[in-house]
Amino acid sequence: MKIRATQAIMECLLEQGVDTVFGYPGGTILNIYDELYRYQDRIHHVLTAHEQGAAHAADGYARSTGKVGVCFATSGPGATNLTTGIATAHLDSSPVVFITCNVGENLLGKDAFQEVDSTGIAMPITKATFLVRDAATIPDVMRQAFAVAATGRPGPVLIDFLKNVTAPSQMIDYDFVPWRENRRLESLRSLNASHQLKNPEPNRQDIEKLLEMIGQAKKPFLICGGGVVRGRAHREFGEFAEKLDAPVAITVMGGGGFPGGHSLTTGMIGMHGSRASNVACDECDLLIAVGCRFSDRVALDPATFASQAKIVQIDIDRAEIDKNVLTDHHIIGSARKVLALLNEKMPQYHHDVWKQYILPMRAPSVAAESEVLTPQQILDVIQRQAPKDTMVATDVGQNQMWAIKYLHFNYPGQLLTSGGFGTMGFGLGAAIGAQMGNPDKRVIHITGDGCFRMNCHELCTVEHYHLPIISVVFNNGTLGMVRQWQNLIYDKRFSATTLDRGPDFVKLAEAYGLKGYRVRTRVEMEAALDKALADGCGAVIDCVLDIDEMVRPMVAAGSPITDFLLKEGTT
Amino acid sequence: MKKEFSMERKRYTLCILVEDIPGVLSQVARLFSRKGYNIESIVSGETDRPGITRISIELLGDELMIDQIAAQCRKLLPVKAVKILDEESCIRREIALIKVRAADRAARDEIIQLVNIFRAKVIDVGKESLTIWVFGSQSKNTALIGMLEDFGILEIAKTGTIAIERGRSTIYDNNKLREEYDYGKNVL
Amino acid sequence: MKQTISVLVENRAGVLGRITSLFSRRAFNIDSLAVGVTDDPAISRITIIVDNGNSVVEQVEKQLNKLVEVIKVRTLDESSMIGRELMILKVSANAKTRNNIMTICDICGAKVADISPTSMTMELSDTPDRVNTFEEMMRPFNILEVARTGMIALQKGGGKI
Repeated sequence: MKIRATQAIMECLLEQGVDTVFGYPGGTILNIYDELYRYQDRIHHVLTAHEQGAAHAADGYARSTGKVGVCFATSGPGATNLTTGIATAHLDSSPVVFITCNVGENLLGKDAFQEVDSTGIAMPITKATFLVRDAATIPDVMRQAFAVAATGRPGPVLIDFLKNVTAPSQMIDYDFVPWRENRRLESLRSLNASHQLKNPEPNRQDIEKLLEMIGQAKKPFLICGGGVVRGRAHREFGEFAEKLDAPVAITVMGGGGFPGGHSLTTGMIGMHGSRASNVACDECDLLIAVGCRFSDRVALDPATFASQAKIVQIDIDRAEIDKNVLTDHHIIGSARKVLALLNEKMPQYHHDVWKQYILPMRAPSVAAESEVLTPQQILDVIQRQAPKDTMVATDVGQNQMWAIKYLHFNYPGQLLTSGGFGTMGFGLGAAIGAQMGNPDKRVIHITGDGCFRMNCHELCTVEHYHLPIISVVFNNGTLGMVRQWQNLIYDKRFSATTLDRGPDFVKLAEAYGLKGYRVRTRVEMEAALDKALADGCGAVIDCVLDIDEMVRPMVAAGSPITDFLLKEGTT
Repeated sequence: MKKEFSMERKRYTLCILVEDIPGVLSQVARLFSRKGYNIESIVSGETDRPGITRISIELLGDELMIDQIAAQCRKLLPVKAVKILDEESCIRREIALIKVRAADRAARDEIIQLVNIFRAKVIDVGKESLTIWVFGSQSKNTALIGMLEDFGILEIAKTGTIAIERGRSTIYDNNKLREEYDYGKNVL
Repeated sequence: MKQTISVLVENRAGVLGRITSLFSRRAFNIDSLAVGVTDDPAISRITIIVDNGNSVVEQVEKQLNKLVEVIKVRTLDESSMIGRELMILKVSANAKTRNNIMTICDICGAKVADISPTSMTMELSDTPDRVNTFEEMMRPFNILEVARTGMIALQKGGGKI
């Protein structure tokens, strides 16, 4: 069947089950937006205030639903505005297909208006890039792009269409093939032949060897990484942890992979890891990390990391093995598959002595009473008052660490955070994407005053689409995490971190047509959150905090994991 | 036991088969610059299979570094196969074209003598210059260039090293490492 | 038409990526590329062969000149240059076929670099045409693996880049 090239692009999105796309139009992508107009009953386009917001929204959509996110942008500045969003998705392995358009073939490479080498820029921050110069290849490229983004270790893909390829006069051959069936198509078969689109089959001997190692271990320790969340392996992981009967640490990306309130959880590990996690890591004799790449924020000092333990890494990506920390054993495969195979053969273990030693180190989870509002109180209120399945999107810095430390996440996708790239301004975009993908759930956006300022223009998107997102601003009038470093490491020279400036976030919220609240005590916070939850419309809660609040505990970058610079507790 | 990686810095050749599409060389080269590795030499040339290019990259480094970079390479979409070759296991060759000053007859004779000793060839003669073509191992070529320096070298073009494994085995062969790389591939 | 571009560049990490992206940005493909250090270890010479229109090559040449790492750029045409290419080729060989292979090697000027009971590895350096011919001649013996450098070139006579 002959159809327009742009029509084929839309049909290919429908093939993949895409019903929501995020984006921002412009000159070169006009043809695609024109086609979108005809498809608006089937493909819902969410217009953001800025391309970066669209990129984060598509990312948040993908993380929260497990589907592939889609984001449109125009050439030049449109494409470059996406880059922060693309890199964020790349570092956190989130499947997003970015679609940009470039100038026509005749202008390519001539520094035409709004021209930039989009695929060249995106190359190091994507799994793959495609430059489409021939309309006939559109169906192949679209199908391959989605397959690449979603399979194996997921990640972003960029497709750059030349404008002439999307011209309304371009007619191409096309047949609708739902994605479940498209693996038999030649283009995907050839991709499959060279890159295997199936998840790797774990090596049975590797599994046996790990079971043997587990049998010999007296003090095993588990790390739940982002791979458990991305691979939706939470059930298998939970069963494995309980059978192993060992303490479980959760990385920033692993939030939601293992219940935060579980009796085996020791909380976060690494730079701001709990004492229980970090000591367990230091003293265990077998460390099993699932879907975790031992980033510098987790491993800190690779030379002393888990120095008494045999380290076992379970990962889907061969290139992550022995990259940051040398391992004693590894299994390559999806977390789900590997853990299921392990669970099949593993007996129930009991490590009571070891547990009795580690678990009591956990800090009490009750927020201390005080006159002024503290971060823990805010999160305590959220944990108590918001529905149990509330999704939380965080920004980056102190607010992120507090949220992950004090809130309990129980299912993959409940926590959306930029762990790898540390993108300030990620939260609001991600919250919009999550709310679009999960209309029946509440979404709370946790942010700091610095981060909020970076992307607060997306409040207009919240208002326009009537999204009941509640932004909780941890307003301490400073770039808290940087100030914390300056406090501890730079002799209190607070260079360019004090944010003694506007706007008034309550008025800002009102200017965007949303509700605004300012709270200074726990009681006020309780009341404001209650009201915001009941209202069912977007709201901003501005929480006034002390400027010197710190994230505890803390280990300096590159130090041994138990060399605490700051100890746990509030003093 | 942790895998033992030799920390000794050696000269490795990384052979990479890629699809012949625009940007692929950029993509491969970028991996190295991202990690701040300087490439000793890089060669990209055709193979016997149409549409497939072979990139040979020579670099100094330790085993862990080479292993990591090979794993990263394997993940790139257009990359078909990667093989690490070290000095002992392969045949390495490069060619050099050298234009050297030959001011008078005596100099010319002397150069031609050197050329014969090194089994190189003179392929062009100018009024005051000779162009020499030499091929073989890198050390041989370097030695000849060293000898010619006395006469005044005008210009040199070198190919960089290409390498092929000794014996019957080829880059297409299967082995455990290859299989693991395929896993890596699998996740792109 | 095939064009040969010779570029002298500073020898540091990342230069190659910058140069190759100038080509890929215009979505055109490099046939072959060879980088080797020159007599000055701080300087590398890159020889690039592209199969593209004149105007495009001219554009790229200008863009190359603008890069700070690039010292000199020169496009060479076939009549005024001397080009050579190197190939290492592995074929299956047994007692029966070995003699035939040797004969072809002699005619083409290839040397045997390695031998095993079931294979032979040859090296040959010559003009690209002759290298092609040799590869064609070897094809019936079942080629196992080929590595080629792509061509490097110098200008004829005393002139230099």
